Amino acid sequence: MPKREDIKTILVIGSGPIVIGQGCEFDYSGTQACKTLRAEGYRVVLLNSNPATIMTDPEFADRTYVEPIAPQFIDKIMEFERTRGQPIDALLPTLGGQTGLNCAMEAHEQGILGRHGVEVIGASPEAIAKAEDRTLFKEAMQRIGLDVPISGTAHSLDEARQVLSDVGLPCCIRPAYTLGGEGGGFCETMEEFERITARGLSQSRIGEVLIEEGLSGWKEFELEVIRDRRDNFVVVCAIENLDPMGVHTGDSITVAPAQTLTDREYQQMRDSAKAIMREIGVDTGGSNVQFAVCPATGRQVVIEMNPRVSRSSALASKATGYPIAKVAAKLAVGYTLDEIPNDITRTTPASFEPAIDYCVVKIPRWTFEKFPDADETLTTQMKSVGEAMAIGRSFKEAFQKCIRSMEIQRAGFGLDANDRWLVAAHARHAGGEPDAYRSLAERDGAADASIMLGSRQGEAPPDVDESSATHWPIDPQVLRQKLAKPCQGRPYYIRYAFKLGWTVDQVHQLTRIDPWFLDQLAQLVEFESELLSIAAHAPSGAASVREKLSPDLLHKCRSLGYSDQQLAHALRAAAPGAVADDSTDGSCFRMVDTCAAEFEAATPYFYSTTEAPILRIENGSAVRSTERELQVSTAPHVVVIGGGPNRIGQGIEFDYCCVHASMEARRLGYRSVMINSNPETVSTDYDTSDLLFFEPLTHDDVTRVLRAIEAQAPIEGVIVQFGGQTPLNLADSLKQAGAKILGTPPESINLAEDRDEFQQILAEIGLRQPQSGAARNVEEARRIAERLGYPVLIRPSYVLGGRAMELCNNEADLSRYVTRAFAATDRVAASAADTPPVLIDKFLLDATEIDIDAVADYRRPGDDRGDCVVCGIMEHIEQAGIHSGDSACAIPPHSLAPDVVQELQRQTLLLARRLGVCGLMNIQFAIAGGLPYVLEVNPRASRTVPFVSKATGVPWAKVATGVMLGRSLRDCLWDYGVGRWPRPLMTAIKTPVFPFKKFPGVDAVLGPEMRSTGEVMGIDESFGLAFAKAAIAAGLSLPTSGNALVSVNDPDKPRVVPIARELRELGFKLFSTVGTHKALKDAGIPSTIVSKQAGAPEGFLLDLINHGVLDLLINTPVHYGAALEEGRWRAAAAARNLPLITTIAGAQAAVGAIRSLKARGLEKALSVRALQDYAAGLR
Amino acid sequence: MNRTPCNLALEDGSIFVGQSFGAEGTAAAEVVFNTAMTGYQEILTGPSYCGQIVVMTAPLIGNYGVNPDDVESGKQHLAGFVVRELARRHSNHRASSGLHDYLRAAGVIGLAGVDTRSLTRRLRTFGALRGLISTEITDPAELVGKARASAKMEGRNLVERVMPDGDMVWEPSGGAGRRVVAMDCGIKRNILRRLAEAGCEVRIVPPNRSAESIMESKPQGLIVGNGPGDPAAATDAIEALRPLIGRMPIFGICLGHQLLALALGAKTYKLKFGHHGANHPVLNVETGRVEITSQNHGFAVDIASLESVGGRISHLNLYDRSLEGFEHAERRLFAVQYHPEAAPGPHDSTYLFDRFIAMIGK
Repeated sequence: MPKREDIKTILVIGSGPIVIGQGCEFDYSGTQACKTLRAEGYRVVLLNSNPATIMTDPEFADRTYVEPIAPQFIDKIMEFERTRGQPIDALLPTLGGQTGLNCAMEAHEQGILGRHGVEVIGASPEAIAKAEDRTLFKEAMQRIGLDVPISGTAHSLDEARQVLSDVGLPCCIRPAYTLGGEGGGFCETMEEFERITARGLSQSRIGEVLIEEGLSGWKEFELEVIRDRRDNFVVVCAIENLDPMGVHTGDSITVAPAQTLTDREYQQMRDSAKAIMREIGVDTGGSNVQFAVCPATGRQVVIEMNPRVSRSSALASKATGYPIAKVAAKLAVGYTLDEIPNDITRTTPASFEPAIDYCVVKIPRWTFEKFPDADETLTTQMKSVGEAMAIGRSFKEAFQKCIRSMEIQRAGFGLDANDRWLVAAHARHAGGEPDAYRSLAERDGAADASIMLGSRQGEAPPDVDESSATHWPIDPQVLRQKLAKPCQGRPYYIRYAFKLGWTVDQVHQLTRIDPWFLDQLAQLVEFESELLSIAAHAPSGAASVREKLSPDLLHKCRSLGYSDQQLAHALRAAAPGAVADDSTDGSCFRMVDTCAAEFEAATPYFYSTTEAPILRIENGSAVRSTERELQVSTAPHVVVIGGGPNRIGQGIEFDYCCVHASMEARRLGYRSVMINSNPETVSTDYDTSDLLFFEPLTHDDVTRVLRAIEAQAPIEGVIVQFGGQTPLNLADSLKQAGAKILGTPPESINLAEDRDEFQQILAEIGLRQPQSGAARNVEEARRIAERLGYPVLIRPSYVLGGRAMELCNNEADLSRYVTRAFAATDRVAASAADTPPVLIDKFLLDATEIDIDAVADYRRPGDDRGDCVVCGIMEHIEQAGIHSGDSACAIPPHSLAPDVVQELQRQTLLLARRLGVCGLMNIQFAIAGGLPYVLEVNPRASRTVPFVSKATGVPWAKVATGVMLGRSLRDCLWDYGVGRWPRPLMTAIKTPVFPFKKFPGVDAVLGPEMRSTGEVMGIDESFGLAFAKAAIAAGLSLPTSGNALVSVNDPDKPRVVPIARELRELGFKLFSTVGTHKALKDAGIPSTIVSKQAGAPEGFLLDLINHGVLDLLINTPVHYGAALEEGRWRAAAAARNLPLITTIAGAQAAVGAIRSLKARGLEKALSVRALQDYAAGLR
Repeated sequence: MNRTPCNLALEDGSIFVGQSFGAEGTAAAEVVFNTAMTGYQEILTGPSYCGQIVVMTAPLIGNYGVNPDDVESGKQHLAGFVVRELARRHSNHRASSGLHDYLRAAGVIGLAGVDTRSLTRRLRTFGALRGLISTEITDPAELVGKARASAKMEGRNLVERVMPDGDMVWEPSGGAGRRVVAMDCGIKRNILRRLAEAGCEVRIVPPNRSAESIMESKPQGLIVGNGPGDPAAATDAIEALRPLIGRMPIFGICLGHQLLALALGAKTYKLKFGHHGANHPVLNVETGRVEITSQNHGFAVDIASLESVGGRISHLNLYDRSLEGFEHAERRLFAVQYHPEAAPGPHDSTYLFDRFIAMIGK
């Protein structure tokens, strides 16, 4: 059927800030949808509060609203567009994750859509309700005769207990309408049941939970499916979870295609999925359907379905090459599947099911190191913040490639510097032990069966010393527990178990992981013995891996996915070095073509693998060769290295920069090449770059790509400055390997990280910085701190997001944190002497922090002919000491005097020229006593580039790319119509979003280490309104009346007085704790005293929070940590979504915003405006 | 598992060297690839693969083992089976053994550890090629020479190798007994299962049976099933079909589709590399709907010649627009080139069996 002509303007809703459970996959799907709809001639209006998305680039929609994703804003946008004469006809809510879908449903339920005559396309509200509402869904499944877990819904604890009498323990709690399984969990005991049910009820939007029979340990599958209005139905991809039921699929290692289903079982699943799509009524889009399969009987039950594009569909798109979001967008406007061409083959239609001739593995990326108090056990509630994907021709190869994509300092499945077993084996070997490298089982016979006996699955044995889990040989009791309880390190413990001689069946009993997967891992462990027998016999030292291994064995290592780094470690030899495509050892690149090579494909999407060579007879003798699939145009190539898996401190902002670099390189006539391992991103979309390599971002893997391209075409250079710390860490070694690094040279980047040299430079150009020193050991750190005087800030070098950065008020703090800081660096040192130092800075009290992004085109340090432009000056709302990524900030600066701004610009220019910055640069200043101090300089793209770009209307990453490719800054700016000093359009506020809700019990306080997962932007004409919008968009609804509790530390007591006074004037009822109460009373401000302890005659603070009495909590910390009472308040506030402010500066800004809101009335105060309006200078 | 080397030589001169599994020996046959990601046991037991060496494009094969139920005939008919990686350990609650033992027992030569994607690309580029699979011959020149000397698929009547010796009756699994005759040129069991589920008593006859003897049992419908080889060479079957056309409802599947077309006077031709997989989109011309189908054929019916003898196109392949189904209303017959019985593959086309039953009537 042709596309619909009755709709002209479509509103697309994005997913807002990056949070756990909702990463940048929805930028990928939304961007694809916007592109598709506009190509079809529709007018696209976009709503998304996340400025770091590609979809919010003004060129991807006709009207781009960076406003909070909330029904009242949808209402305002629809109203505004109507008054402008181009009313919105339809709303497409299925591409913005759960956030977009929920918001659209609320707007529908509130009658907003009806009032504006807007039709929901993609999935009807009825279908969405049927799929999302647990009861309706279960009824629907039973109607079509499908098996579902025994379950019941409850709206209260009493009702829940009733349901439990049918379902029984163990059971699973799933709240309705939450994302990432938030608030849910698996319960084995009554105590767990009561606790998790209560939490689930409070977190569900409709106060409903589903209580379901415990399917923990069953096999878990997902089908990514699409259906059109003609009832055509295709399965894009079947995904099998390595981790069985009980672990959220977002926290599971997953594999595509499904590996352990017979055709009969797979087709039964496919039939079910088709019946579900029909019954639910999804007829113009994609969905995801989850199944559990009983491993003993094959019983299949339907778990859930999402009537929208999901994280899994992003993965399925990247795993198969099938653009689900694009196809879903076309279906939403009326096409049928057979009318849509397959972009990859170009000759076949989208109405087919991709055939895969490789294996795809996805591994989640967690950041528990940021939340030491969080429970690391993996459950039905998602905890990971990102993921990496790898492609290989075998599971073993893909699995190892995926591990080394994780950015966790693992080179693969064991055999690296972090492999305790290998370290111990090398030591045994050095001690002359003949069997050093054989596993315990091989040395001592079969494993002791008694270690398997004992308590029930997953239960902690008594007196387990957790730290012994890091020692070899690992205590069997500890190992049992590590295997039985899903956690992020489980694969490595499985390896240790095999090393101890445990069998696949024994490990299966504990992990419930399918024996097929376990045997795959066991094969790798067994192969190690073959490999290491060589190490045992060869003399250690000089010889390289290539010399030690026969070509056949090296080939085998490579086809099993071993990295050169692993081989070098295992054999204590020099790494063999990367090899290019078409080499005789079988190393090659293969195409992701959706059809298993059945048809010729035009796709630019590749992965590396190793194949057995083919023999040909030429002139009477046999010649070995490997077929070459990679065909590269001879034009000059620009290679962009992406950021790898999302984690805190490195996320969508860097992907945004990489995508812009690729787009700009293409615009300037180069062929762009993207290398990345993150399936959620726009950068790994097959049409973002001219060539896409889905590869781990290690030196060897990247060089392999570079060599393959170089064999056919010139490489203009490699861009490492846009993808965050991951590519930056490769800069030196790539340069040594002969790659041309574009832009600021790695030496200058290193210069900025080298404390001593950097100090000299600042002195030379006459800039101030806080007194500091670089320590290489604990004793040195202590001496420096004493010299500077406390408080001091300690920070490791070469880390992301202020990892292990701490503010120390005294020597006790210093001793506690400094060891952690030494261990935290991301850079692997060649030797102990080479360990990067920890920096100790004098901490400036009450300083205002400033972030500056700038672009410069200096071709060498001190270049006279270059130029530098300041992109934006951001004033932080929180004081220096809170990590810049966790601090809200404003453009333009709201409190700086003009002469300070000028001085900052002058200093920026001086620094850029001295360092020879060519491209982007970020500087952090602290202003204390009216004087700027340089805190940090990073000559590379920073997290704030997208925010500054949106706030100023200039694509700074593109400007910088042009500069890096040799054009003058003036020319690059000219292309985007920018004069010398771009002026911000309005006041724009960036506010971070935190994952505290996902880590119950974790202290929700800000500090020098970054813990936010994402950010939102609020734009408006005044600071107060912009701040209020940003707060709403971040999910922190500022109250305009109600009860506010104030409890601050001693230094903050005088400063909180005016804030409290204003809150009272605004009509708030004040509560306070003893000390603060006194301070307020002395200032003549009445407040109700509350107790910090339970049982006191006054109200108990924690009760006020938990009973929902409070509307606002202002609490600046005395101490940190979840073990302390104030830590518990903050954790409780975060869990209940109570607006919590932990800094005085934040409180001041919040009160200002509340005042703005009240002054004009909430409804009137908040208006909407598209980015295009700001750009046109409209008011 | 044995670690004996095994070679596959193609007539284009390339040799793929890997490890042997299953039986050892030497066999020459046409090499085809199959893109199905599940269903290797059904492929191994499908009679249509007689005289072929099958390359699986899915790289990991044998993961779920084999079981006594997922068989499409009483034996394995193919000459060789080529995979990227054979599972060392299988896992599935229904599995009774692994692939290595299964092939070994059936005398089928398996080859693992070769670059199946490059092999597939060759077959796609040059068309289906003759090949020689061997654990015995190692000399490259000899391997290629024998591959080149082996018989071409065109003109080969392989039906004789897979057809039954005599009649058999497949009892209905329930319901009223409609009497249906199945012409067995290598018919897959799932066709019979589908008919039995629909309440048919199916008399299975070899394709060399005369029309008169077929009519003796007073069948209400005739199904002409799938089978191997060049359809134009199966002259016995074509001759047997001609006098039967029009005398009762007839349903043709795969080779049966081709044989019916030939019996009507249309022509068939060899496809470059055929259709072998479980993901081909087929357009139902009448409803406009797309069925995802299971396919396994190297020949196709020429559309123009079919239309000239009164056949009406009912289904088209959306990949290459080749004929996937036709009907002839006056003569009460319809046929599809693909496998509505699936096994392996999607069940989107099961409705065709209902249609056949409806044509038969009560």
